[in-house]
Amino acid sequence: MKDNLMKHINEQNAWHEMTPGGMIYGSGNSEHFNTGEWRVAIPTFIEDKCKQCLLCAPACPDSAIPVVDSKRLDFDFDHCKGCGICYKVCPFDAITFKKIGE
Amino acid sequence: MAIRERLSGNEAVSIAIRQINPDVMPAFPITPSTEIPQYISSYIANGSIDTEFVTVESEHSAMSACIGSQAAGARTVTATSSCGLALMWEMLYVAASSRLPLTMCCINRALTGPININNDHSDSMGARDTGWLQIYAENAQEAYDNYIQCVRIAEHPDVQLPAMACQDGFITSHAVENILLLEDEKVKAFVGEYKPEHYLLNAKESVSMGPYDIANYYMEHKYQQKVALDNAKKVIMDVAAEFEAISGRKYGMIEEYRMEDAEYAMVIIGSSAGTAKAAIDEMREAGKKVGLVKVRVYRPFPEEEIVKALANVKGVVVMDKAEGYSSVGGPLGADTKAALYGRCNAVVLNIVYGLGGRDVRVESIKEAYDRLFAAVEAGCVPMGYDYLGLRK
Repeated sequence: MKDNLMKHINEQNAWHEMTPGGMIYGSGNSEHFNTGEWRVAIPTFIEDKCKQCLLCAPACPDSAIPVVDSKRLDFDFDHCKGCGICYKVCPFDAITFKKIGE
Repeated sequence: MAIRERLSGNEAVSIAIRQINPDVMPAFPITPSTEIPQYISSYIANGSIDTEFVTVESEHSAMSACIGSQAAGARTVTATSSCGLALMWEMLYVAASSRLPLTMCCINRALTGPININNDHSDSMGARDTGWLQIYAENAQEAYDNYIQCVRIAEHPDVQLPAMACQDGFITSHAVENILLLEDEKVKAFVGEYKPEHYLLNAKESVSMGPYDIANYYMEHKYQQKVALDNAKKVIMDVAAEFEAISGRKYGMIEEYRMEDAEYAMVIIGSSAGTAKAAIDEMREAGKKVGLVKVRVYRPFPEEEIVKALANVKGVVVMDKAEGYSSVGGPLGADTKAALYGRCNAVVLNIVYGLGGRDVRVESIKEAYDRLFAAVEAGCVPMGYDYLGLRK
């Protein structure tokens, strides 16, 4: 799916090689685009403090907290926008949140 | 055998829509819309069609619902007029850029400012750059015939663009005329089933429509729309030929009237073409070599056809039923002059007429020709443009 998708959507294609109206023949394609670069603040995952309560993962508006085998992993920084919601919902101070550059 | 009837333009288009039996019709069912949603609602209530009628809270919502519906894979129609069309503006572009071949009947009425509900072309002329196809009718018969053809033109794989079938508010929308209808089965067979290649309610394929289109993609997609509009010219002629085969009525990008040996031509859109034909007949009796080019398809603009039709005339007067406030003329004047530039040596005048329902009579048309005769006689084109029927 991804290969087929990216064949039609890239910045080298001429007008006639692109899909009509920019239609994407697939769903869930935002995963293929790095949108984390908008971030001006960044959460940090402190694994030692994490109790794996998993309150953070469903609160993330960008699905940027991967959960595998009932355990959250480190942030997906290709898609994390740095909104800080996960930091607010974490009851165990296992997420810190800082402006980038501070 | 055609069915002989007496109908208003609104009724004629409503019957066309009944015969097409579209899947969905979202429409805002009060003023500034038209009687068309009302008639369609009756057909649905009577069980004569199974169209899903969506009552929406505004015209912006009507066009949004049309976009969603057509994207889902349903053949969708709507109807509006005047500031109703203006409220659709933002979404008209989305329908075109998403390549959704929905069809709309636009009853041409003035845009308010000052408040006015009468006929002119300011509504659809304002929408001329949205990427929609625009086909204008002279009378109720053409309004009916054009609507049926619009469905086929819009949905053609080489086009895939929304189409606006326009007719003059009140003059053709409300006046009752003799008309020949096609049988229901003939129209049904002519429009066929809508079978989109990609659509949202396809369980076998996931698609995303209308994505964010950044600078690296936008121009290519705009060019695709331009190519589709160019392609529409051939499709319009092919569909017209097929339509002629079932109806006996011939259509083209433009209609020429007494242009064979004409030295003075008028270019006009809509119902006033009928008035112009009457004026031309009288002027021909008096020995004036006058003719008419009626623009039926305005988008895509019939550049080639107009250049060919006006190749041998001494003077052209282009009539605009919309004020463009460009300070050099109306939209039809601008497009016609652009087409003729460098290709024709005729004197070209541009006249704005009939705004907000101002009456257009045979005498009005003759006065426009008189101004053209004077300009050709003087051998010069005055700067700017002029109004017809204005109290001075």
